[in-house]
Amino acid sequence: AYKRFSELLPKEERENACSVRLPKSQILTLPELRANPFRHRICQVFSTSEYGDDSMSFEDFLDMLSVFSDSATSDVKSHYAFRIFDFDDDGTLSRKDLEKLVNCLTGQGEESQLSNAEMEQLIQNILEESDIDKDGTINLSEFQHIVSRSPDFARCGGLQR
Amino acid sequence: SSATLRILASMPSRTIGRSRGAIISQYYNRTARLRRRSSHPPLQQLCRAARPSLRQYDLETDPARATLEDKRSVLVKELLSLSPSQCSHMLLTVPLSLAEKRTLRQELSRQRGPPRQQAQHQAPSSPCGWSKDYIILVSLGRGSAQQPRGLWYRLWPRCSPQAPSPQGCRDLWYRLLSLLLAAQPWHYALKQISGRFGSSVLSYFLFLKTLLMFNIISFLILLIFVVALQAAYPPASVSPQPFTGLELLTGAGCFTHSLLYYGYYSNVTLNDPCTFSPNGSVFPLTAPLLPYNMPLAYVFSVGVSFLVTCALLVYSMSQSFGESYRVGSSVGDLAIKVFCAWDFKVIQKRSVKLQCENICTQLKELLAEQRSRSRSLSLCQRLKHTSVLFLAWALSLSMVLGCVLAVHYFSEHMHAVTRDSGRWQQEAILLVLPLMVSLLNVLMPHLYNFLAMWEKHDSPVAEVYVAICRNLILKMVVLGLLCYQWLSRRVICSTEECWETCVGQDLYRFVVMDFVFTLLDTLFGELVWRLILEKRLKRKQRPEFDIARNVLELIYGQTLTWLGILFAPLLPAVQTLKLLLLFYIKKTSLMQNCQSPSKPWQASHMSTIFITLLCFPSFLGAAVFLSYTIWSVQPSETCGPFQGVETIYMSGKTWVRVLEKSNPNITWLTWVHHHLLENTFLLFFVSGVLLAVIYFNIQVVRGQRRIIHLLKEQIANEGEDKKFLIQKLHSVYEQRER
Repeated sequence: AYKRFSELLPKEERENACSVRLPKSQILTLPELRANPFRHRICQVFSTSEYGDDSMSFEDFLDMLSVFSDSATSDVKSHYAFRIFDFDDDGTLSRKDLEKLVNCLTGQGEESQLSNAEMEQLIQNILEESDIDKDGTINLSEFQHIVSRSPDFARCGGLQR
Repeated sequence: SSATLRILASMPSRTIGRSRGAIISQYYNRTARLRRRSSHPPLQQLCRAARPSLRQYDLETDPARATLEDKRSVLVKELLSLSPSQCSHMLLTVPLSLAEKRTLRQELSRQRGPPRQQAQHQAPSSPCGWSKDYIILVSLGRGSAQQPRGLWYRLWPRCSPQAPSPQGCRDLWYRLLSLLLAAQPWHYALKQISGRFGSSVLSYFLFLKTLLMFNIISFLILLIFVVALQAAYPPASVSPQPFTGLELLTGAGCFTHSLLYYGYYSNVTLNDPCTFSPNGSVFPLTAPLLPYNMPLAYVFSVGVSFLVTCALLVYSMSQSFGESYRVGSSVGDLAIKVFCAWDFKVIQKRSVKLQCENICTQLKELLAEQRSRSRSLSLCQRLKHTSVLFLAWALSLSMVLGCVLAVHYFSEHMHAVTRDSGRWQQEAILLVLPLMVSLLNVLMPHLYNFLAMWEKHDSPVAEVYVAICRNLILKMVVLGLLCYQWLSRRVICSTEECWETCVGQDLYRFVVMDFVFTLLDTLFGELVWRLILEKRLKRKQRPEFDIARNVLELIYGQTLTWLGILFAPLLPAVQTLKLLLLFYIKKTSLMQNCQSPSKPWQASHMSTIFITLLCFPSFLGAAVFLSYTIWSVQPSETCGPFQGVETIYMSGKTWVRVLEKSNPNITWLTWVHHHLLENTFLLFFVSGVLLAVIYFNIQVVRGQRRIIHLLKEQIANEGEDKKFLIQKLHSVYEQRER
């Protein structure tokens, strides 16, 4: 992982890789993140930069890899998945978050997006199925409950290295 | 109102994801529960409550920072009281950043003991130290199977072993593990496949790998205990016939009297010292002679390889069941689909786009299905739908019957023809029946696909299951007919003296033909079809990789191998070779010609189904066939290890009697043999116990479902209470303001 991190840095900063922050544009050139529709959120979630420019240090990079590895527990994976899906960072998945999530999943093309009526129906169904305390949003515990029912999450929620 | 929403938004349950203090408190709770379960003396209760409360919410202000330190120290104290492995497992599962975990760990090691402090308190600022910490944090407590593979491999050259011996042993262990992981076969190929096609196609290749492992194990057992020894002491053999290329296909000719088949194996004790003393002298020769009872070895090796395969199958089946079955998971398809559908393993741009389209199609289908379900069908439509279903099933079952009768009459006809034709023609004619059966196995699934297109099912998943069912019924019924023909020997091998060799040859031919037809199917179904689609019809779409059909072909081939182990001990070797070649051919064809399947596939569900299908019709059928052959069929008089015995089972029985006579101390063995293996009471008892266990488990699951339902209701009620209270508080506050 250290090698991969230092490869992304320009040559003059390579010896000092531990304390340098990698800009977001460089991180997005990683093959695993290049085509991923969630790449911006991933960078936002794992970056601990105070300036909000989503740059990542080596520690953040390691954090990201450890969460996405096959041996992270489903607790950790679901925790970070929740944070990635929470587009407005308010701690819950509201209707807007769910809408953005579905749009990310179905792709950017015009034909592959759901119509408004379908989106409404979908979000209504999701909330019915997963919102246990009926407050209109999905919090972390409800998310973890839903995700624990699907054995595919642990398998698919990992970047194979 | 907006004020209510603002308050709700800052409730602990909503901000637990982002606040470090809250996470630490939550894990303090979990650790305390764990510790209490392992019955240590309880820690005295702290006055500051460990549950997050509304007061301690802002991380930026200083008082909160003090509480964070407090919480951290409390958690560290809890962790100290756990065992080291539990402690590292707990650290592994805490969703905190690496920096936090490192601080926690340093605290722990500092409090654990000063002597070890020197080794770990080097405060490494080099990436090496960080990475080691990271490896330890991430990989401990998880076992060796699933480590972040490439990571160690790459980190290792940079880390110089600077640590003293307790670290040194661990370093050596990690080095060994990383070497083992890097040596896994086909690691890069599987990564390529999953990167382009996703987890569902990957499950086919993993299944192939599992089958390969089963075959290699059976082959090794038979090789060591039967084949190698017989090869070292060859019996007096017939003059070998010249090798022509046809033998590879028919298995007859010069292969007939070779290690490949049952007839070659001798029925005497190999290397028996009784036959070797020339003058009746008892002086030991220079090399010690070890007598080896070949018939016993033969039947025991076959039995042991079946037992080992059975144990491995049941183990992998229970593992995949454990992964894919969940209590109370009947509802929630859409939410699960939305949250868990994204396969992060896919990295190529084109595949990502395809995946997006697939997800969109699946969501649309599910929504449409839901809409149509909510519209209740009229009686007339329902009747029509049921009658169409009934007709389709009747048609497919009658097709199966037709195929079976065709195979039966065809084999009789072939037998009649072989009786009067030359030797070359005879050998070639032997190939015709396997050819016909393989042809049926390849063509019928396509017919079933057409049938499925005519009858529209409720959901695409049901379509897949129905297709698998029908194909399976066809294959199993045809195999059943063939088994009956082999054992009754009224049509096939009726003229041979050594019928076991003949049956073994037949099975060999079936395996080879199956391989040839799989190759042809790949060639025509994928390569030629893609060329047609591209050149003639000018469509961008490529043929899909049909997972269900390919997996059923693998299961069919494996069933043939298991059926034939008794008659041709080297058949697992043939199957191993076939699977190896199949892997590379299928992979190449997949990469060049196919696109990922658009039908919904829950990869883990499917793997469970594949393993179950392998176990139940396939392995069980082969085991029943083997048991019947061993118990009730008379072996041939003139060849093989069981010449002249009544049944193969009798030879085992006679051996036990001989053993008893030779050594009176082992009477318990015969007692065990007589009362446990031959008495049917044991079977009833074991079935009774099994049924009781199953009933108990069903009741437990039912109780759990009821509790889940009650708890859900309770949570919904509490949510209502919360909103009510906040509104009430607001109204009281507003009143007071006025």
